[in-house]
Amino acid sequence: MADTAEKPETDAATDEKVTMRIWRGDADGGEFTDYEMPAVEGEVVLDVIHRIQADPAPDLACRWNCKAGKCGSCSAEINGLPRLMCMTRMDTLPPGEAVTVAPMKTFPIIRDLVTDVSFNYEVAKKVPAFKPGPEPEGGYRMQQVDVERGQEFRKCIECFMCQNVCHVIRDHDENKPKYAGPRFFIRFAELEMHPLDVNDRRELAHDMGLGMCNITKCCTEVCPEHIKITDNGIIPMKERVVDARYDPVAWLGRKITGRAKPKSAKEASAG
Amino acid sequence: MTETGTAAGSGSAAVGVDYETHDYDVIVIGAGGSGLRAAIEAKERGLRVAVICKSLLGKAHTVMAEGGMAAAMGNVWKEDTWQIHFRDTMRGGKMLNNWRMAQIHAMEAPDRVYELERWGALFDRTKDGKISQRDFGGHRYARLAHVGDRTGLELIRTLQQKVVSMGTDVFMECKILRLLADGEGRISGAVGYMRPTGEMVAFTAKAVVLATGSIGKSWMYTSNSWESVGDGHAMAIWAGADVIDMECVQFHPTGMVWPLSVRGILVTEGVRGDGGVLRNSEGTRFMFNYVADMFRSETADTEEEADAWYDDHINNRRTPDLLPRDEVARAINSEVKAGRGSPHGGVYLDIASRRTPEYIKRRLPSMYHQFMELAGVDITAEPMEVGPTCHYMMGGVRVDAETQAATVPGLFAIGEASGGMHGANRLGGNSLSDLIVFGRRAGIGASDFAEGRTGSPHVDAAEIASVIDDAFAPFGREDGANPYDLQHELQETMQRLVGIIRTGPELEEALVKLEDLKQRTAKVQVKGGRAYNPGWNLATDLPSMITTSIAVAQGALNRKESRGGHTREDYPGPDPELGKVNFVQHQTGERGYLAPIAIGPEPLPEMPAELRELFEEGH
Repeated sequence: MADTAEKPETDAATDEKVTMRIWRGDADGGEFTDYEMPAVEGEVVLDVIHRIQADPAPDLACRWNCKAGKCGSCSAEINGLPRLMCMTRMDTLPPGEAVTVAPMKTFPIIRDLVTDVSFNYEVAKKVPAFKPGPEPEGGYRMQQVDVERGQEFRKCIECFMCQNVCHVIRDHDENKPKYAGPRFFIRFAELEMHPLDVNDRRELAHDMGLGMCNITKCCTEVCPEHIKITDNGIIPMKERVVDARYDPVAWLGRKITGRAKPKSAKEASAG
Repeated sequence: MTETGTAAGSGSAAVGVDYETHDYDVIVIGAGGSGLRAAIEAKERGLRVAVICKSLLGKAHTVMAEGGMAAAMGNVWKEDTWQIHFRDTMRGGKMLNNWRMAQIHAMEAPDRVYELERWGALFDRTKDGKISQRDFGGHRYARLAHVGDRTGLELIRTLQQKVVSMGTDVFMECKILRLLADGEGRISGAVGYMRPTGEMVAFTAKAVVLATGSIGKSWMYTSNSWESVGDGHAMAIWAGADVIDMECVQFHPTGMVWPLSVRGILVTEGVRGDGGVLRNSEGTRFMFNYVADMFRSETADTEEEADAWYDDHINNRRTPDLLPRDEVARAINSEVKAGRGSPHGGVYLDIASRRTPEYIKRRLPSMYHQFMELAGVDITAEPMEVGPTCHYMMGGVRVDAETQAATVPGLFAIGEASGGMHGANRLGGNSLSDLIVFGRRAGIGASDFAEGRTGSPHVDAAEIASVIDDAFAPFGREDGANPYDLQHELQETMQRLVGIIRTGPELEEALVKLEDLKQRTAKVQVKGGRAYNPGWNLATDLPSMITTSIAVAQGALNRKESRGGHTREDYPGPDPELGKVNFVQHQTGERGYLAPIAIGPEPLPEMPAELRELFEEGH
């Protein structure tokens, strides 16, 4: 017996149309192309892209996976704002106007809406692995309140929209080699705040351009996971880096002992 | 090690097509939880390892897993043991499971969870600082280690960061088309293409691990992404490997049903684990009417007892809302069919009237946002509308329980690509733990095999050329179907004829339809270039989808009973004799996409007496 629970009653194409103005092209250049499609109730931008792929543009390139805001694959600039295509409902956009969909600007174009985000994967390779302290008998114990600080940053779905809007690299390709970007500043923060990690990441965060961030909070505004990237990640990291690097007592200590790197707070408290 | 090859098959259109060749000890196809865990194990052995994935690293479907990973750690209920976890798993799987896999899983899962913690995972905690565990369907005790409702993301990020920190080679956005064997029939590599450029690429390897995930994209309403097309299942069949239990497909009871565009997206079982209940349009908690005999003695029969159970598992029996998924999915289907459904063809899942908004937002933050942003529903104030969605593949490559080795030498399979662990129905929470337990074991198995293998793996250049030929052929066609049209027809066919409730005549109709789709897919037409062309990508996914769909329909037609995720309206009960066999499918003689797949029953491995006792009275 065929399933009965399959027939939608209220979702139907209406007579209304939507115009999608989509950037088509590759590394050599491109232009916006308009596609007029029937409007369908309840759709998100990615649904309309998929219908355009089915017909008339089967070679329209876009990345997507989960279609539920959990994988961070379908980042694009919708009407000029970085958004996840799967989480942007068509009925939240101005009615009667063309919806522009463009690829993220900060990364090189591969095709259409797909960009080369390998910059982020290269930065990720430079982050030293998590390193826990010795495990006590009966396993590690941590309090919920302590893990929640790091958990906020581990909500990151790596959509790279914070990287995309960060003006340090958005209009300045030349900064990319020396700048990790907000996604990785919160990765440093997450490890620095991890109750078990014993590495010191403050020097590394400094070397990866933390000082170049001037906390305009563009990253926080676009984060689809609502992570307070600037307030809870970058600013506390900046304070820790400053404490370690510019503390006159620590500076004198480094001079005397010849120890180049500041000792981490955890190591210090551990003994 | 990278070399450049040139396809040299005589009379082949692919003559002159250049492709890179990479040589490794172990290649892992798929970068979800199981693939990454396998790669870590082989890398720690000092082997040359590559991970190959169709998407970017960290985007695999594992991120969608919400509720948690099941492991009898006993942090919340000290009464929990691996024996009880094993028993729950076998009963959930309607005893069709490979008992040894279920035993290994139950015994090793706690170690694997603690290992993740040592690699940086930040699990939610109990009051005394241990890893917290939550209730889930079919598990006697609160057993799921979790991170809110984003446990899969935590798992994949932890493993991803570990893999990257070890310097593992990762080939992202690479679609593998075919496995390659040497003259002695040992799997020795694979061939595919890089999606961003459309350039072909070949791999040689001493061992190949399939971690390719599910097959759900062949149904219209599914929680699966575009990647879940059964690449591993299909490539294993084409390589001559056995697959088992292909008829056992899990329809998760709670997918979103409205708006249509989000239909099928998963609503975690954690909603029910944390106090949510199912109601029909009359407001009745209907699950009390659907308790099968097998579960009656341990299931509450009043709402009072069910509600008291959340806080006291010892003196109360569990709520029927948390029966195994196959039971709940069928119950929802029946309620809708009886006219007691919600306006959009589902039922109501209500947590708003039972828990405070603060509790709901803290325990289920992703669900709160998912419904608020996609459906405009505030789950702290109103019920959700939910219905079954194609979710998980229990069936897959037949493997050795200890090593995950397939029946073809050099080939290993894990996660949804493998079969046996979950029998006819998987319990929630057993998927993530499966990935890490058997990912590790496959890593060991593949490493042992690679180290024991002498000489360099040899692959046939003419075979590579023929794969390239097949892959490029759609560009040259002037007529032939649009791949999107074929995919739509396939999804419509599987949804209508090979869905939750099946009948013999409908399955026969499906097989006729699938044969027609198979022939038309062989002549599909593609426009545009090779660089990041989703139409072409889909054209190369269709053979996997159709081969696996045929295997599902054949399995379903042969299993003339109802068991777990497989329900036959014309055979509504379980058949004890069929409960003793797996339906095994493989290609004999002629192989490949166009070749037929043979099917037949083979006895299940026999469970030893000491484990059988766990299922007798008093346990």
